[in-house]
Amino acid sequence: MGEKSDVWQGTLALMVLKTLDTMGPQHGYGIARRIEQVSEDLLAVNQGTLYPVLIKLEQEGSITSEWGTSDNNRRAKFYTLTKAGRKQLQAESKHWRQTTEIIERFFTPEKA
Amino acid sequence: MRPFRSFLSRLKEPLLAGPRDADLLRELTTHFEMLTDDNRRAGMSPEDARRQARIALGGVDSLTENCRDARAVRWLTEFIRDLRHALRALRHKPGFAVVAILTLALGIGATAVMFTVIDGVLLKPLPYPEPDRLVTVNEWTDKASAFGNLWAFTYPNFVDCRRDSHALLIAGSSYKGGTLGATQKAAAEHVDGFAISSELFPVLGISVAAGRAFTPSDDRVGASPVMIISHELWQRRFAGRRDAIGQTITFDGHPWTIAGIAPARFRLSQEADVYVPLGQSTEPVMQSRFVPTVRAIARLRPGYTLEQARKELDLIGHRLASQYPQSNTGRTMVAAPMRVDVSAVQSTLWLLLGAVTLVLLIACVNIASLLLARAVSREREISMRAAIGASRIRLARQCLTESVVLATAGGILGLLLAIASLRPFLLFWPGTLPRAGSIHIDWRVLLFALAASLCSGILFGLAPALRAPIVSLEHSLRGARSVSGASRRLHTVFVVAEIALALVLLISSGMLGRTLVQLASLDPGVDLHNVLVTRAALSPATLANPAGTRTAWKDLLERAARVPGVQAVAMVDTVPMREGNNELPWSTTTALPPPDKQPLAIATSVTPQYLDVMGIRLRAGRFFNEHDRLDGELVAVIDDVFARKAFQTRIPADAVGRQLWFPDIGPNPVRVVGVVGHVRHWGLAGDDQAAVRAQFYYPFSQVPDVLVHRWSDLMSVAVRTRVEPMSLLPALRRAAAGAGSDQVLYEERTMEGLASRDLARQRFLLLLFGIFAGLALLLACIGVYGVLAYLASQRISEVGVRMALGATSGDVLGLVLRQSAGMILGGVIAGLVGAFAAGRLLERFVSGMRAVDAGTVAAMVAVLVAAALLASFLPARRASRIEPMSALRQE
Repeated sequence: MGEKSDVWQGTLALMVLKTLDTMGPQHGYGIARRIEQVSEDLLAVNQGTLYPVLIKLEQEGSITSEWGTSDNNRRAKFYTLTKAGRKQLQAESKHWRQTTEIIERFFTPEKA
Repeated sequence: MRPFRSFLSRLKEPLLAGPRDADLLRELTTHFEMLTDDNRRAGMSPEDARRQARIALGGVDSLTENCRDARAVRWLTEFIRDLRHALRALRHKPGFAVVAILTLALGIGATAVMFTVIDGVLLKPLPYPEPDRLVTVNEWTDKASAFGNLWAFTYPNFVDCRRDSHALLIAGSSYKGGTLGATQKAAAEHVDGFAISSELFPVLGISVAAGRAFTPSDDRVGASPVMIISHELWQRRFAGRRDAIGQTITFDGHPWTIAGIAPARFRLSQEADVYVPLGQSTEPVMQSRFVPTVRAIARLRPGYTLEQARKELDLIGHRLASQYPQSNTGRTMVAAPMRVDVSAVQSTLWLLLGAVTLVLLIACVNIASLLLARAVSREREISMRAAIGASRIRLARQCLTESVVLATAGGILGLLLAIASLRPFLLFWPGTLPRAGSIHIDWRVLLFALAASLCSGILFGLAPALRAPIVSLEHSLRGARSVSGASRRLHTVFVVAEIALALVLLISSGMLGRTLVQLASLDPGVDLHNVLVTRAALSPATLANPAGTRTAWKDLLERAARVPGVQAVAMVDTVPMREGNNELPWSTTTALPPPDKQPLAIATSVTPQYLDVMGIRLRAGRFFNEHDRLDGELVAVIDDVFARKAFQTRIPADAVGRQLWFPDIGPNPVRVVGVVGHVRHWGLAGDDQAAVRAQFYYPFSQVPDVLVHRWSDLMSVAVRTRVEPMSLLPALRRAAAGAGSDQVLYEERTMEGLASRDLARQRFLLLLFGIFAGLALLLACIGVYGVLAYLASQRISEVGVRMALGATSGDVLGLVLRQSAGMILGGVIAGLVGAFAAGRLLERFVSGMRAVDAGTVAAMVAVLVAAALLASFLPARRASRIEPMSALRQE
């Protein structure tokens, strides 16, 4: 499986929000899988980090949860993005883009 | 599946903490299963798939711990941070904290004391098992008399009802006081007692403390005389010794064997020392279906409802009516849930609770305005926090945390105050408080104090908390020092409210004070000075025949008259201003109006010297003398109120010689031989409002022989003395004791004592209202001072500008005082409205209360305005002494 990096908590929350935004309602396992897929298996999502993040996001009102049935007929808790969560996602992704842009400039070799 | 089970059980252990954890367990299980499925799909063996899944899931304990943290820590840390912040802020300003906590402690302490008393006296259920199944049973007549239409039972009716009712277990009791004979160790004494039926203890659901209760075989004529004595008498006479049971004791001239000891603090309608079987009485009245004698209480038998019991009683009543038409026509029996009669103190208690609640409200308003002032001065800090991301709810919550901390501290201190002051308060209560035994601090009081402090905390924390979020960020960060209009208005409202509340209390206590002064200066109609009244019990031996009884009384009076220092002695049945009265219907013709239309007069049976003893003025005619005998013409002396009502004359002499008919005295007319002045029988406070004021006197010598025994039980001796009346008591006791040393005096009172006790309730209310009003005035002044000082300090730069432009210090003084004058005026107007409402309440609940009058109102408003102006003068003067330059430089 090669080298994998752990995820910084703040970024994981953003990834969760983005995942729910693109995929719609999803259970914890699905979210973890999706993040690993999108990162092309560069990231390993640790359950010990994921579930606390989900709980925290739910408490902040960014996502809600509901018990449902998964594709292969298992009882699973499905998470959905709320209106507030969508707003937060928009604000944070803008912020993220700005930050990365700035960081990027620092690491781009100066043109002579 | 074994390994998976063990994995689950490992998961479960730390997760059992709550439903949320169980939820998480289910979620993780799903995760585990899905991971295992995927692993298998990727080609692993089932064994491997599970193993890899377990490895991927990692440490279960730390995972659940993390989840729990994410869930709980958030609000808990925030709360602890708020709490710490609040404590730090309070420590930073200890003066403010102390004033606020003390103010609150006073308010909550006072309210908690009142609540404890009200809870014990009015709210707590009766101290018997299943109190809601207890009922009182009465006879009911379809025609109401002047006394209403509910009556005690006659003994035969009681016996029939008790026998025939299936729904109710009925018990009866009847007052029976008497003389307890002397023993080697104890002197003869008069004790209160009850004759009770054998069902009484089972109905109440209690048992005797020792020995046995009465059985039906005790409860009939001819059974051997047995007695239950009170716990108190057992301690007093027998020092609580077990061998008291079985001993013989003389009561009412007969020997009784002690069968049992009543439980401690047991009481019926009053405390009593002896209980004897009701059914053993051979008094003629026990055979009568006309004379009510027995108070009946009952317990619903299992499976029956009150409604069924009522229907059954009605059936029994109708059957008795057809069986005994002469006595029972129009008469049936009714049941009602049992309640303790607390009507006498109910209004006092609610009035006091109202007054202390006002004080608590003032305290809250005071603290609210202080907190608000602080919130405004911390505006910059709050804005800063808002700017760096604190949400509005967080800021409001922090404000509330601070006030709740204050309130809790105040509440705890208040509760301690309440615990310390409850007993002194009860000792101070005028007269006896019914159910005083059930008054104590318990969890209900704790709950009340907690609720009161939390409510006050939220009440006074709300204004600053709601204000916090609306502060305009930019405005306050720039550091503008002026007070926003909204907060100035809020402060004004606080001051107005405080002044209004204080005025309500001030005017109420002013009214009480004026009423008390007026009542105390009323003419009671008797000369209260140097008069002793005492009940007297004759030797049981003398009660055997009427002639003997009359002679015994005559002897007693003569011996008492010979005691040095005694000026005059008389007998009287009902003493003015003491409990007890005898109201009789009367008519000026032989044709009587129907029972509910007959006018009533207070009948007093006396001996000739009564007029001299009491110092009642003779207006016309004569008072009684030794020639008014049983075989002569029946005579009476009426008071001027009676003369006016009966003969429509204001000239007393016109009534002398006229005739009156009293159906209860007999068919013969009674001749009016004299007219005397009115006596305030119902007391200084209550007499003007009493429904029955007309009075007449009739000579004890003309009481018919059949009634002499009964009258003797009720008679008191009144003595006019030349010296302090109570100092003659030992000599009078010796004189009264008689040949057998078995005649006793009891309930000795002075007339001055009775008159002053009559006003005790008004005096008590005045004192407490006075204290509360003083407290309210002080709090209001502190509030006015605090708010004005704060508002003035916020206007320093404005004042500086004004003075730089030429305003004199007098102008500035006027500016600030005008501001406070406006608030005071608003408060006075609002307060007057409240005071008139409070005045109405007082008039309704306090007897003798005078209506709100302009003089009292003006005086109290003056006091309040003067105090409030004084409080505002200090900040105003400080503002007027501002150096314009330094004030402007602060900007």
